[in-house]
Amino acid sequence: MFDLNLISIFISSIFIENILLAYFLGMCSFLAVSKRVDTAMGLGQAVVFVLVLTAPINWIINQYLLLPGALAFIGLPNVDLQFLQFITFISVIAAVVQLVEMIIEKFSPSLYMSLGIFLPLIAVNCAILGVSLFMVEREYSLIETIVYSAGSGIGWWLAIVAMASIREKITYSNVPEGLEGLGITMITTGLMSIGFMCFAGINLVNEESDNPALYDEEKNSIDFMEQNNDNIYS
Amino acid sequence: MSISKIMKKSIWTSNPIAFQVLGVCSALAVTVQLKSGLVMGLALTFVVSGSNVILSIMRHYIPHRIRIIVELAVISSFVSVLDLFLQAYFFDISKTLSVFVGLIITNCIVMGRAEAFALANDPIPSFWDGIGNGTGYALVLIAIASFREIFGSGSLFEIQIIPESFYDMGYSNNGLVLLPPSAFILLGLIIWSLKTLGGAQGEE
Repeated sequence: MFDLNLISIFISSIFIENILLAYFLGMCSFLAVSKRVDTAMGLGQAVVFVLVLTAPINWIINQYLLLPGALAFIGLPNVDLQFLQFITFISVIAAVVQLVEMIIEKFSPSLYMSLGIFLPLIAVNCAILGVSLFMVEREYSLIETIVYSAGSGIGWWLAIVAMASIREKITYSNVPEGLEGLGITMITTGLMSIGFMCFAGINLVNEESDNPALYDEEKNSIDFMEQNNDNIYS
Repeated sequence: MSISKIMKKSIWTSNPIAFQVLGVCSALAVTVQLKSGLVMGLALTFVVSGSNVILSIMRHYIPHRIRIIVELAVISSFVSVLDLFLQAYFFDISKTLSVFVGLIITNCIVMGRAEAFALANDPIPSFWDGIGNGTGYALVLIAIASFREIFGSGSLFEIQIIPESFYDMGYSNNGLVLLPPSAFILLGLIIWSLKTLGGAQGEE
């Protein structure tokens, strides 16, 4: 059954729970590489690519090797390897990145020229590991994981390209000394994040938000708005 | 380099968050409450100093080409230990921090210090460098977290500090401070003030 749930995961991972603007993941490379639009495009594509590859691999490893009882098929039903989760995930990511780099270099030198320099950066991008950890925490199925990783990657791509365009414009404007560079970038990101919060009203499937912390924050903001309305009307 | 010099450099003049743009990933996500911010700061200090010492001891035996993988393996072992410890003794906090404990592995501060300091220095300076950077990170986290908790929830360490009479006079908590955008903006302002107060300009 192709249900609305998958579309919901996809849309919410791009807009509502944007991995960069709502969870702050991948900030380091976001700040470092968002100075020009074309490099931002390159890094964004590379992130989507690596995410869609690594998250399903990590899902399979987690499901069939690490979870309690997962090793029952070789006669070890009582083994729980979950403590190896972090080290496995990060090794998979580093290995996949290395492999992708070598394959691209061999078969498509032009793609390597545009993506290649970003690939080593990606191994330590928190967004990649973050998606793998979120997928475990939210207990997604394999299909949901693929959709979620694609959505998160696209959301990150969207955010970094938007940011790079803004920063290209900022070069021409008069920013106070001391606020230049990093400071103004953080504040602009904050304003973008406010913009993306407008999508929070979209609700395709009637369900509670997956992240209880964010859900509370949404409730708080609704309470806050209601209080303000009361103030206006009273 | 003497220990006090290392400490001063890493906490103030080249503070990892404010001047080196490292580790902002997790700095913003865990600062809704002072308690989680503080625990995150301590956790990161533990991981940086621990992995710095181990990597510094091993530095003559690590082949240059595979050093990133070795660094990641050492760091993620420390993070696994830390995660199990938090789950065993501070279950509530470990639930609040959720995936962000695991994300210490990819925190740029840890990798950055390993690359820039531990692989070139002796274990003891590396240890203090880790402590210093962890503290510098924790201080920024504490600053953001206390601001957000005071103005967002009217409390500190979950103890209410804004008196009830203020609310009776029409004061209300600013819900916006609890939301993600304000974290970005606050950090921007902190960087601005630190730069104006005159640390080194480490950026770019």
